[in-house]
Amino acid sequence: MKILVTVKEVAEAEDDFEIDGLDIDDRYLEYDLNEWDEYAIEEAVQIKEDGECDVVSVTIGPERAEETIRMALAKGVDRAIRVWDDDIAATDTLDPATKADVLAAVVAEEDPDLVLTGVQAGDDSFGATGVALAETIGFEWGAVVNALDLDADAGVGNVHRELEGGIEELTEIQLPAVLTIQTGINEPRYASLRGIRQAQSKPLDVSTLSDLGLDAEALESPLRRTAMYEPESESDAVVFEGSPEETAVELADLLRDAGVVEG
Amino acid sequence: MSDVLAVAEHRQGELRDVSFELVTAGRQIADQQGGELHLAVIGGDAETFATELNLDGVSVIHTVDAGEEFNHDVYTQVTEQLFEELQPGTLLLPNSVNGLDYAPAVASRLDVPLVTDAIGIERDGETEVTREMYGSKVETTIEIDSDAVAVSIRPAEWAAAEAAGDADVQAFDADIDESAVGSTVTGFEEVAGGDVDISEAEFLVSIGRGIEEEDNLPLIEDLVEATDATLSSSRPIVDNGWLPKNRQVGQSGKVVTPDVYLAIGISGAVQHVAGMKGSDTIVAINTDPNAPIMDLADYAIVDDLFDVVPQLIDALE
Ligand SMILES: Cc1cc2nc3c(=O)[nH]c(=O)nc-3n(C[C@H](O)[C@H](O)[C@H](O)COP(=O)(O)OP(=O)(O)OC[C@H]3O[C@@H](n4cnc5c(N)ncnc54)[C@H](O)[C@@H]3O)c2cc1C
Repeated sequence: MKILVTVKEVAEAEDDFEIDGLDIDDRYLEYDLNEWDEYAIEEAVQIKEDGECDVVSVTIGPERAEETIRMALAKGVDRAIRVWDDDIAATDTLDPATKADVLAAVVAEEDPDLVLTGVQAGDDSFGATGVALAETIGFEWGAVVNALDLDADAGVGNVHRELEGGIEELTEIQLPAVLTIQTGINEPRYASLRGIRQAQSKPLDVSTLSDLGLDAEALESPLRRTAMYEPESESDAVVFEGSPEETAVELADLLRDAGVVEG
Repeated sequence: MSDVLAVAEHRQGELRDVSFELVTAGRQIADQQGGELHLAVIGGDAETFATELNLDGVSVIHTVDAGEEFNHDVYTQVTEQLFEELQPGTLLLPNSVNGLDYAPAVASRLDVPLVTDAIGIERDGETEVTREMYGSKVETTIEIDSDAVAVSIRPAEWAAAEAAGDADVQAFDADIDESAVGSTVTGFEEVAGGDVDISEAEFLVSIGRGIEEEDNLPLIEDLVEATDATLSSSRPIVDNGWLPKNRQVGQSGKVVTPDVYLAIGISGAVQHVAGMKGSDTIVAINTDPNAPIMDLADYAIVDDLFDVVPQLIDALE
């Protein structure tokens, strides 16, 4: 059994930021492992601890991303692949279909039984790469999975899909499959010191498009970002001004007036 | 190519709101190009759903006999076949949890570019989709260079269509390849039960990731005690296991409509807002004056919760 986990390093914007052209100025961005991917990694590592299996992570990202990949290795991922080259670096928008094509080439090499992705990446929130990948490689799939019980012998994954309104759908999914993992499915562990040490000697291979049998044409996309701007505030909130002491008194008065607190 | 095909959504015998919003968005796009709006109702009691969706501006409703509930393999096949048959320029899908489960597959199979979670769509010649990034801090426009496009729309962004119409209702005979259906829905489960029902509360003190650590929760519990409020939260607090699932407000938690909703350290992500926008009075305490929650708030304190909350407890005692 082999599990491939796709991970992405995402950018988070600070409260105060400036837009430079089509993106937030890099000075105001902080990079971190995508929240949803943390849960996907944990799920894969837990499956590995329950039985024999290899866990490989793959990311499409620049050298900077190796920091987050090492964290995945420290938490129990066996091996990591980072796909990058000059052509990818020069591409503005990697849309989900493009990422799916690149990841499909990795799947062809790795031949996993299960692919775990996050539901979405916290920065662009497309929420489409996992399912697009499944369709591209001919795997079954399930999106927004918040419970997974793998029955490798029967070749199925029994999952819960988290729907709206506190309802979960129970679904049986044939393997091989791609599952997009929802936050809360498990409790991601912290990397241990021992894990962090071991991660240093785990393989982290860099693949270029041509290593994967692809060329720059694979990156062509009909999607083009043409603008980014801060939306005009629709806020008509009354903002209480002053020190915390003063604003707190105003809020307390408001709550009394609204009749939700005594006094 | 000027026509629009929108796919309705239903669950457990009921149409979901987004289906009516798809009609509004679909009509808008069809009008921009002088095309027709086609609607597909796949599975369930398609006939009854078609009657409910027979709304002004819908030209044809295609009903498809395809099982009781949503199955992504079936939806993917049927949508693909309807698209091939009708050749619309725009395929409109919901960016719901089930939309996430089949829109990318359909687009990939049809080799049509997909943009998800749209909050605005312009289609005259060029196609331009507006969507958010970086946790709603910015909006972007995306141009799609393709004759045919697929777009999934954010729920509750377009108004629901209401006016009655006179669409043609036609049964579409889809050819479903059962051997390609590798997933089976075996049931549904309701979660988040328990002793507290936050949807009944008149005053909710709701806490988000701004609280930073579990060790800081007692501060909020003190406030709850001082006010007789009920404690609720955004999702990360529940994901972290700091509060039980029945405290979660939002799309995948509870929908609440208290007299006062006090959001402390909550940014106001769309999935959270889905659960609390119906509150009478919304108050936000947040260090970020541009946090999306400010768009909804009636009153706000732009300050550090760790400074304000202790003062608030004092002021109430
Ligand atoms: C399919 C799906 C379903 C989801 N369902 C839900 C759902 O049901 N409910 C839900 O809530 N989310 C849901 N989410 C997650 C949602 O997208 C957001 O990630 C989440 O709501 C963010 O929670 P938050 O506002 O607490 O955290 P953040 O977005 O991290 O916001 C924290 C806020 O705290 C402020 N802050 C930080 N420090 C302080 C301080 N010291 N004083 C004052 N303010 C401070 C910050 O300015 C920020 O605005 C769902 C996501 C997906 C993909």
